[in-house]
Amino acid sequence: MANVSIQNLKKTYDGKQDILSGLNLDIRDGEFCVLVGPSGCGKSTLLRMLCGLEDISSGQLSIGGEVVNHLPPAKRGIAMVFQSYALYPHMNVYKNMAFGLKVAGSNKADIDERIRHAAGILKIDHLLTRLPRELSGGQRQRVAIGRAIVRKPRLFLFDEPLSNLDAALRVQTRLEIAKLHKQLAATIVYVTHDQVEAMTLGDKIVVMHDGKIQQAGTPLELYQHPQNLFVAGFIGSPKMNLLPGTVATVTADSMIVSIGGGQQIRVDVAPAGVKPGEQVTLGLRAEHIHENHSGSEQLLGTVNLVEHLGEANFIYLSLSGGQDVVLRGDGNRNVDIGEQLTLSADSHAFHVFDAEGRALRRLKPGNLLSSRQH
Amino acid sequence: MSSSSITSLPLRPSLVQRSFGPAGHIWVHLVLCLYAVIALFPIALILINSVKTREAIFDNPMALPTADSFSLIGFHKVLSNTNFLLYFSNSLVVTLASLVLIVLFGAMAGWALSEYKFRGNRVMTLFMAIGIMIPIRLGTVSILQLVVALDLINTRTALILVYTAQGLPLAVMILSEFIRQIPTELKDAARCDGVGEFRIFFQVILPLIRPAIATVAVFTMIPAWNDLWFPLILAPGEQTRTVTLGVQQFIGQYATDWNSVLAALSLAVIPVLILYMLFSRQLIRGLTSGAVK
Repeated sequence: MANVSIQNLKKTYDGKQDILSGLNLDIRDGEFCVLVGPSGCGKSTLLRMLCGLEDISSGQLSIGGEVVNHLPPAKRGIAMVFQSYALYPHMNVYKNMAFGLKVAGSNKADIDERIRHAAGILKIDHLLTRLPRELSGGQRQRVAIGRAIVRKPRLFLFDEPLSNLDAALRVQTRLEIAKLHKQLAATIVYVTHDQVEAMTLGDKIVVMHDGKIQQAGTPLELYQHPQNLFVAGFIGSPKMNLLPGTVATVTADSMIVSIGGGQQIRVDVAPAGVKPGEQVTLGLRAEHIHENHSGSEQLLGTVNLVEHLGEANFIYLSLSGGQDVVLRGDGNRNVDIGEQLTLSADSHAFHVFDAEGRALRRLKPGNLLSSRQH
Repeated sequence: MSSSSITSLPLRPSLVQRSFGPAGHIWVHLVLCLYAVIALFPIALILINSVKTREAIFDNPMALPTADSFSLIGFHKVLSNTNFLLYFSNSLVVTLASLVLIVLFGAMAGWALSEYKFRGNRVMTLFMAIGIMIPIRLGTVSILQLVVALDLINTRTALILVYTAQGLPLAVMILSEFIRQIPTELKDAARCDGVGEFRIFFQVILPLIRPAIATVAVFTMIPAWNDLWFPLILAPGEQTRTVTLGVQQFIGQYATDWNSVLAALSLAVIPVLILYMLFSRQLIRGLTSGAVK
């Protein structure tokens, strides 16, 4: 296993367009790093560059301290699991797993031992003589992972491995990949567009957008302290409510923001140079809005739509200032469309983003990491 | 690769029934049967008359052989003429060798044109397309000059080279189209496995385009086997004659030995028929899988 270091990595096509513009990233030995972002953000390109399937335009990529910019995939000590599994359709499971090793010239006994071991871990011993077309989606996925394991790579690369599975199988396989990571103590880079996968699997999440890394950190860091509007909107489901507002007054450890409709909200953030009269955006997660008066900041809203999930309701409202917000309410409570609700939220639950979309530091307790961020 | 077979739904009317009404398949079969009769008629005529006496052939060419008119004299003559076995082997060698070369080089060229980006890729593809459009016989004079210059006249090599050139353009087209349909991830996976480009071609790509190869094999084998033009011009010598050319010796200016001609033609069908049956199982998949995306 090995650490990965990416320095000022760039990707351009035809020398013009920047697909990736100067990425810097360190992945520790044994870390599960998830690359997440909307489609077209460059995460798959980055993965293919790690793998060696795409050329590196400039910058440096090292795996285990060794610069691998110009090494072909096979010499980088990596193994990749593809979205479509990419099993060789004309070879049975055993041969699929053995093919790469045979080409590398390993001896038969060694190959056999490695395959039996991997098949044991993945519980596919009984499938070794089957052809890929005779397997279910989940089984094919395991074989694809098995083919990666037998190569004993320094680095595992996963390219959206769960997106071809149905919902139930996806959850199950997600758990198994997490277990596998512990069992193999492997360094893993995992690409997905699904933030639930990212939050549940990752030791570190790297949010990408427009060919840039927006933020890299632990799942909770990203959830509690998104550094900019993009990350705030991307992490969390339903999306964080964003309310444009104007700064009214500023003190050393809080500010008051008016959000229209005559409503003023106190937020506990470090103002960091923001002056009264400036435009800011308030962020508030659906789960931090209460359906009662218990929070310090009051809001008034009219119900537009209710989604019943069973354990909770997603209630979509229009505030008195006209902004749309969604809140996560108690599933046992009945809410009617058109009903007026008094809502509240705590002043420390708000996020504040300045005019450039950068987050201001959140100060008050109630957040695990508020004291050590930034 | 989704290779799940499409299971037939018993309640849903078939494509034919939806297009031509409930009795549609009867009409479709009628048309197909009519075509089969037209196509098979000359072959049947050859087979029937090859086992009749010369008199019976002329008396009533359409009649089936009876106990009286039955005769294998044609086959006797053809097979006792030892040269005829030589002609057969010439035809087989020429056809099979050009078949192997066409499939090998056609697949390699198809792989290169569809997989790699290089200068002149498009021009090469266009060049191949022109090869399909222009019949090779237009270049007969130049080919003859070339073969004479290479001192290959009256050799089977000359025929093999010409048939390879004749079959390659279509083979490259068909095979590159099939190769393009192989998912990129499969090749990427092989590259991650450390498999070299040649090995990817021979051990991953070739097995996956088997149906296309069968299609190409049939399309290139039959014209090469049946050709009279180039054997007549490039290899008319006794030692290098092919079956189609060999049959001509029975056709005289004043009298034609119909027994021998028909027997030789009947025999000539057999090798192609065997080869066709070998390829046909793959062929049916190949013809349809390229058409429907």
